[in-house]
Amino acid sequence: MTSPHPGHAAAVPVLALGETLLVTLQGDLHDRTAEQLQQDVTHRIVRSGAAGVVIDISGVDVVDSFLGRVLAEIAESARLLAAHTVVVGMRPAVAITLVELGLTLPGLTTALDVEQGMELLTRSRPAAADRRGRGT
Amino acid sequence: MPVSGPPVATSLPVGSDADLAWVRQRIRQTAAGLGFGLVQQTKLVTAASELARNTLVHGGGGHVEITPVTRDTTRGLRLSFVDSGPGIRDVELALTDGHTSGGGLGLGLSGARRLVHEFELDTGPGRGTTVTVVAWTADVPAARSGE
Ligand SMILES: Nc1ncnc2c1ncn2[C@@H]1O[C@H](COP(=O)(O)OP(=O)(O)OP(=O)(O)O)[C@@H](O)[C@H]1O
Ligand SMILES: [Mg+2]
Repeated sequence: MTSPHPGHAAAVPVLALGETLLVTLQGDLHDRTAEQLQQDVTHRIVRSGAAGVVIDISGVDVVDSFLGRVLAEIAESARLLAAHTVVVGMRPAVAITLVELGLTLPGLTTALDVEQGMELLTRSRPAAADRRGRGT
Repeated sequence: MPVSGPPVATSLPVGSDADLAWVRQRIRQTAAGLGFGLVQQTKLVTAASELARNTLVHGGGGHVEITPVTRDTTRGLRLSFVDSGPGIRDVELALTDGHTSGGGLGLGLSGARRLVHEFELDTGPGRGTTVTVVAWTADVPAARSGE
């Protein structure tokens, strides 16, 4: 599972936790790895019927316009597949740098850590809960 | 006051996305060693990532020169991104936020300029492109006014 193709950086693990996919980015992503991730996540959403995606970037020390765009595109394509995406764990230095770069990613939902991201997704999923709970 | 530095420039190739990762890592290490703070390191590495990707994508590959510099007692890092690609015809336009000739966001050049203290673009049609940036470990407004 963990043997990358020669010439490819290691793949990013995508973990299913109930109805949520947890994606943990670590270290310095190669561009190809980031692009591959978008495909992996969208396929996993469809296969598993996930309603939410949490992307943990606490282990990422640089987000440039390329990675920022990949994150935004993952969130967009997930939305088209009826899943909400929350990016969590952004380092303060990364946030400061992104603002100065001019990449404020207004379409991205964020939370401080994985736990809060999960909670946000649960709260923003009232449709299913309401249907079951109240039957209005 | 002229910028002088020890002749210990490092040159790294920019020919693949794996090279970009290595360039980011080496610049991070060098900046940390010179005493750049965490936010300064992050800004510089992010700017370098944008410029190196331009070298790769628009310039068809090239190299980056990493040179520690000092001015008075302030230490800094000079980075030159060099390619012999098509060059940039309209520099003003290329430096405008949101301008891209491809499918990008057009934030690379203009954003990188905001993230460093000094920024110089040497390019022309058919001449290739060299972008040189300098970041200092401390803000020195007096030294930047150019006496
Ligand atoms: N090294 C280079 N050689 C040739 N043209 C370049 C070079 N660097 C930048 N350019 C030109 O300047 C434009 C603006 O560059 P910039 O990095 O701001 O945006 P981008 O690369 O198109 O998109 P982004 O970086 O946001 O993904 C580019 O679209 C390209 O036309
Ligand atoms: Mg660019």
